[in-house]
Amino acid sequence: MSFIVDHYNYWIVVFLMMAGFYIVIAANNLVKKIVGLNIFQTSVFMMYISIGKVTGGTAPIAAEGITTYSNPLPHVLILTAIVVGVATTAVGLALIVRIKRAYGTVEENEFEDKEDLI
Amino acid sequence: MAEIIDLVLLAMLAITALSVIFLKDLFTVVMLFGIYSFLSALIFVNLDAVDVAFTEASVGAGISTVLMLGTLALTGRKEKTNNHKAILPLLVVCVTGGALIYGTLDMPPFGDPNNPAQQHVAPRYIQDSPQEIGLPNMVTSVLASYRAFDTLGETAVVFAAAIGVLSLLGLPKQDRAAIQSGLQSHIVLRVVAKMIIPLIVLFALYVQFHGDYGPGGGFQAGVIAAAALILYALVFGLPMATHVVSPNLLKALAAIGVLIYAGTGVVSLFLSANFLDYNVLASDPVTGQHIGIIAIELGVGITVFAAMLSIFYAFAAQAERKNIQ
Repeated sequence: MSFIVDHYNYWIVVFLMMAGFYIVIAANNLVKKIVGLNIFQTSVFMMYISIGKVTGGTAPIAAEGITTYSNPLPHVLILTAIVVGVATTAVGLALIVRIKRAYGTVEENEFEDKEDLI
Repeated sequence: MAEIIDLVLLAMLAITALSVIFLKDLFTVVMLFGIYSFLSALIFVNLDAVDVAFTEASVGAGISTVLMLGTLALTGRKEKTNNHKAILPLLVVCVTGGALIYGTLDMPPFGDPNNPAQQHVAPRYIQDSPQEIGLPNMVTSVLASYRAFDTLGETAVVFAAAIGVLSLLGLPKQDRAAIQSGLQSHIVLRVVAKMIIPLIVLFALYVQFHGDYGPGGGFQAGVIAAAALILYALVFGLPMATHVVSPNLLKALAAIGVLIYAGTGVVSLFLSANFLDYNVLASDPVTGQHIGIIAIELGVGITVFAAMLSIFYAFAAQAERKNIQ
């Protein structure tokens, strides 16, 4: 039982990562691919935060009478990564809007005969 | 108890991700992604990462969803049937997943205080930062002081991404004659929005300046303030919103934020200390740290606000142009 509890978070992380990965490579629609990338990204966030958790600890905000805190470092890394993540997602979505305007479609299999448009 | 909550929430997250794979209606996919973000935020709270949860809830479930919906308005909401085979991707994913699961068996047990990640610099941050920096929120101390150089880079990336979006889509021009658009005819939405927007802005300011003591800071505050104006633009129309905050002002603000941040570093250089070493900004180190952190958090907040809002303007202008055509 303890073996499962010890690794459960990481297994879910792997599952989410693979779900995101599958969407990125198998989905036909570019917007859906971006959603897949975001799921992949969130799974990495989840892994970092899971690593930083200390059993019995509390949020890393100093308060009287508390001795155990979770690790603040992964929180810092992921906090900034989330904001950067949405900014880069926005760039991806902007590219999709331009692709739609240039090709008239955002479905991957419909680009095939339109390659010379570039 | 916390373990059970963790177990259930993570399972819900997995189910949400799975249903995204099978759904063809992209509107539903984007809505599910919003739910996915909120669930992640809950898990982050449960894993003690309150600052991260705050950011994920405002960014992931707020701004990302709005931007994705904006894209859908331009590209259509249905995914066409997929004619290539799903076997190969499935195989790749299963093999990669299997290898990663095998890798997790060597991971140190979840939550053990003796894990390598808890041994390195974390004890120093936890023990010394409240005295050294003078702030109870260790995440802010690490973000804005110990690793300020990192955060400067992240702020610059947000700024660069905003420039990227603007060069791809372009900003709307400020219309002198405000066209009737948005949801003007919905009186309930209009009244509720008028009541809520000042409160959201006030909350953003609270998050900005209280981030040193509780969860929050420049990143979250910038996003929340941008959300207030996005709500305004959605209800009263983009032309009205560009009257309130003009696109040109946003362009300037995005750069000013990064300049405030980097400028704080340069000031400390001129006071014969290292780049972004705030100890020299005042007569005693703790006050210096405080001034430095407030200055750079302000820079972060301004840049994030301007970047998020100008990205939204760019998308909204595209949608508006499509409606006119």
